[in-house]
Amino acid sequence: MSDLTLTTERERPFDPPDTYAELRERGPVHRMRYADGHEGWLVTGYAAARTVLDDPRFSNRPELSHPPFAARARLAEEVRRERFAVPPGFFLRTDPPEHTRYRRLLAGQFTVRRMKQLEARILEITEERLDLMEAAGRPADLVDAFALPIPSLVICELLGVPYEERAAFQEDTKIMVSLGVEAEEALAAIGRVLTYLQGLIGRKREHPADDLLSGLITGGELTGDELTGVAFLLLIAGHETTANMLGLGTYALLADPAQLAALREDPSLIDNAVEELLRHLSIVHVGPVRSALEDVEIEGHLIRKGEAVTLHLPVINRDLSRFPGGDRLDITRPASGHLAFGHGVHQCLGQQLARSEMRVGFASLLRRLPGLRLAVPADEVPLRTDMAIYGVHRLPVTW
Amino acid sequence: MKIEADTTVCIGAGMCALTVPEVFDQNEEDGIVVLLQSEPPAEMEEAVRRAVKLCPSGALKAV
Repeated sequence: MSDLTLTTERERPFDPPDTYAELRERGPVHRMRYADGHEGWLVTGYAAARTVLDDPRFSNRPELSHPPFAARARLAEEVRRERFAVPPGFFLRTDPPEHTRYRRLLAGQFTVRRMKQLEARILEITEERLDLMEAAGRPADLVDAFALPIPSLVICELLGVPYEERAAFQEDTKIMVSLGVEAEEALAAIGRVLTYLQGLIGRKREHPADDLLSGLITGGELTGDELTGVAFLLLIAGHETTANMLGLGTYALLADPAQLAALREDPSLIDNAVEELLRHLSIVHVGPVRSALEDVEIEGHLIRKGEAVTLHLPVINRDLSRFPGGDRLDITRPASGHLAFGHGVHQCLGQQLARSEMRVGFASLLRRLPGLRLAVPADEVPLRTDMAIYGVHRLPVTW
Repeated sequence: MKIEADTTVCIGAGMCALTVPEVFDQNEEDGIVVLLQSEPPAEMEEAVRRAVKLCPSGALKAV
């Protein structure tokens, strides 16, 4: 049994910790002791990861799970002992067929075509943010002025959450994904956001509008609690993901002048650049985690019923047998097939929205600010090694 | 080449529609795959095979 303690600390800002890259060289599947003492597994190979995510014998139900991080041990314990219940509509943590019902209700709202149609509106929002940033003058924090507000405005508009009420959930969202907070603090933050959303759904019931939450309410397929859980999942997922890709992605491009120049010279590379940044940066530090519902053999290892399997996406997306030269950022490589959005039935519901936001966001930023550069030495950018989702806390830039 | 789509398995992730919009679309209601042509022309075969591999739910089959 390896006493491998999972860490989010990195030697270099854009590469996963060296320990796991070295581990991947030794094989795709490894034994690992979890934060609660559970003896489970860690997957570092691409093919093995896809096999696990494809296989319905691996469950995503929270009460079966074990925490790979010490910081999450108490919270996981609360869930296992049923002192805290994940809200019913938080369908990410359900298995089919329960999961299928929620997914079918929502997938039509996030289709490729719908998201492409939304790009004109995303562009307006992006241009407004850049106008405000330019008007405020140099230097600017790109996270505060650009990377966070764009996806936040977009998801609020899509769901029908008033953006001016964001104080009620943005700070709490930060607390929820912070690895340094106590379980009580995280649970209190979750409780506050759920209460806010219950109130919002009540208001929408009275005054439905043309937005996703109103549509779900008038559709009548979900109970009040389910609606709250769905709204909670979509709001959080819409905030802490694309925002970090925009911030960290810009930092990665600014730190790699050749790649930045290639994208400036040929803007038609943007679609592929987005896929490559997703692959190369893989901002979920560690995970997803699954639990075996029965004995399953994966690449010669017998995973016993009840054992947890953690996928290390940043390392998996650099599996050199799948992505030759994968340790380098190369916006011209065939990057599709990466697992940054996951794989299997839980593959990210909002992935086409995220792609549209990144396409528009990176392209507008480079077009509007040809002299964009870091305003601090590259090694002074504060990194989110203390959050469940990687990225930069701030990105001081000038132009 | 012939494409088969299992709409009972599809989760509406949209990877096929993103990869080959000439062959795959999504239902506006539930995001489920809609085949625009079940026998794509030869010049699209490679892209279609890529879409089949990218499908997260295993709903697509090229025969």
